[in-house]
Amino acid sequence: MATIQIAGVTKVYPNRTQAVSDLSLDVADGEFMVLVGPSGCGKTTALRMVAGLEEISAGTVRIGGRVVNDLSPKERDVAMVFQNYALYPHMTVAGNIGFSLKLRRVPRAEADRRVAEAAEILGLGDLLGVKPASLSGGQRQRVAMGRALVREPAAFLMDEPLSNLDAKLRVQMRAEVSRIQRRLGVATLYVTHDQTEAMTMGDRVAVLSKGLLQQCDAPQTLYDHPANLFVASFIGSPAMNLYEARIEARDGGLCAVIGDKPVPIPAEQLRQRPALARFRGRTLVVGVRPEHLTVARDGGDGAAALQAEIELLESLGAEVMAHFRVAAEPARTEAVAAGAGEAASPVPVAGGGTLRGRGVARISPRVPVRVGDTVSLTVDGDHLQFFDLETGGAVGGQ
Amino acid sequence: MPPGVPGGAASAAGLSRRWAVGFLTPAMLLIGVFLAFPAIWTIYLGLTDFRLLGPQALHTKFVGLGNYQQALTGGDFLHSLYITVVYVLLSAVIGQCVFGFTLAWVFRQWKGPLRRVMESLIIVAWIVPGSVVAFLWLAYLQGNIGPLTETGTLNTILGGIGLNWWLQLPMLSIVIFNIWRGTAFSMLLFGAAIQAIPPSYIETARVAGASGWQLIRDVVIPRSRGHILTNLLLISLWTFNDFTPFLLTGGGPGNQTQFLPVYVYQQAFQQGALGYGAALSTLVLLINLLIALAYMRILKERR
Repeated sequence: MATIQIAGVTKVYPNRTQAVSDLSLDVADGEFMVLVGPSGCGKTTALRMVAGLEEISAGTVRIGGRVVNDLSPKERDVAMVFQNYALYPHMTVAGNIGFSLKLRRVPRAEADRRVAEAAEILGLGDLLGVKPASLSGGQRQRVAMGRALVREPAAFLMDEPLSNLDAKLRVQMRAEVSRIQRRLGVATLYVTHDQTEAMTMGDRVAVLSKGLLQQCDAPQTLYDHPANLFVASFIGSPAMNLYEARIEARDGGLCAVIGDKPVPIPAEQLRQRPALARFRGRTLVVGVRPEHLTVARDGGDGAAALQAEIELLESLGAEVMAHFRVAAEPARTEAVAAGAGEAASPVPVAGGGTLRGRGVARISPRVPVRVGDTVSLTVDGDHLQFFDLETGGAVGGQ
Repeated sequence: MPPGVPGGAASAAGLSRRWAVGFLTPAMLLIGVFLAFPAIWTIYLGLTDFRLLGPQALHTKFVGLGNYQQALTGGDFLHSLYITVVYVLLSAVIGQCVFGFTLAWVFRQWKGPLRRVMESLIIVAWIVPGSVVAFLWLAYLQGNIGPLTETGTLNTILGGIGLNWWLQLPMLSIVIFNIWRGTAFSMLLFGAAIQAIPPSYIETARVAGASGWQLIRDVVIPRSRGHILTNLLLISLWTFNDFTPFLLTGGGPGNQTQFLPVYVYQQAFQQGALGYGAALSTLVLLINLLIALAYMRILKERR
């Protein structure tokens, strides 16, 4: 039972690549902290520095208040779960789970008791004598968990432990890993590239990009108030729609002009984001989540409605993802491209005329739209997000 | 039989049996002439008193198992067998295998030119022809035979306490020579085995609290078991049949380094007892077969 304190930690490889820059994170006792980011963002390097598998170039790591920079992995009292589980094929399930106890010369009777206990928690009781080769993916994952928790370590470190499982099992194990972690109450640092995993499992989520911490907060806060364009485009599936917009004064208030449609900014928003006033006459990036768009068959040209053409409809049963082209300038900053991932980076719209932007709306299956329809999109002004075009930072209080 | 192939059975490649036999015949003939026939001829010779020179060369008699009886009851063969086993155990099983593993493990963590230079030097010792390295070692360990002969390199380095290595410590000298010469193979094989262990296996053990020795014992050796056994099989057989010691000591002093291949050579070609030599060769062949079967048995057990 302990905390993990990462203070100003930096990793520079001999070839001068800077994998992690000045990372500071505190994981409270019993907290489940998720490190998330696209591949190559430095999250695994950060975890390995905590484990002692990678040298720390600068900064300090404390586990349970003790500086561990110069301690070997063995002396740090942490347990780690690897992406490929690293189960030893020459040992039985019991042998694998009890490996660390054997290394520490824990008396046989006590070791057996603790292995049995761990197996009980994980539902592996019947498989103790079996070799890993004959286990299913989910069972192997459990054995890897068992090997970590039998130690009763000060902290758990997990490196993408679910990414080798198929989709259905991953959802199951997500809940199970969370359940076990809460039951044991051990501080946990969990690395993943999957933002869904991060959102569903973490007490708090730290978003990393290019070795830099972007934001560290509770999942809902990340979703509702992303600190910058990277977090805005990385967290959420489907991703937030981001367009360039001009802030103009109209009718005694401010409007965000998207394409050529002015969307009034509610007074409450202006009160919460006084800095918006400084953007009058300037262009910034507005963000709107797919669930904050309403689609209507092209009826009257409402003031705040954007013209859009339905490109693709993905029905999920309870809801439909409506992909559209819209008369708006897409926000094409580097942070957006990085957050959205290369596969989703904006594809230039060919032959779209003024429909230069793309986006997704989360709509009810009862809305009668078809591919190719021209529709009007109504933006929920209360949930608009604003980002500085240059810095990428959210436009907020100051 | 697949339909549509005239003339009977066809293989997966679509060849008729006649064609298949046609392709195989040259190879089978070569194997027969150069492998099967000499082997059978050796077994036959071993049952006669055939000699290189003298009356028995003309009037060869069939002596049954007489040669074998002579070998197994006389002391020379059993002495040679004993020192050969010692030689194999010390230089191959313990020396090359353990030393090769140690080098592979140490080099694993080294990067850069120093490692490449070291590895290259070790491999050179392995690929240079036996007669050349034998000459080098003769010069290296040369003793002070008389006032007129030059002293060896090692004795020059050691100064006063020079020994007559080949005469006073012949077995030890040859064991060290063979370790020096053969370690490269074990090192390369174990290097490949260690490389093939996923890094996470080693990291898991380190995080779990394994010391260096525990890591080797519980993870590296079990994971490399196949490589270790294959290596032991090969180097045991190679060392068992190694003839280079003859170039170093000629089997002496006395019969102290008269390993089996040397003994066979001396009996067959220096003494001219070709029949007896053939019988000894057959025995060596059987012992090799036993060693190979034993290792393969152990290898099989792990599956």
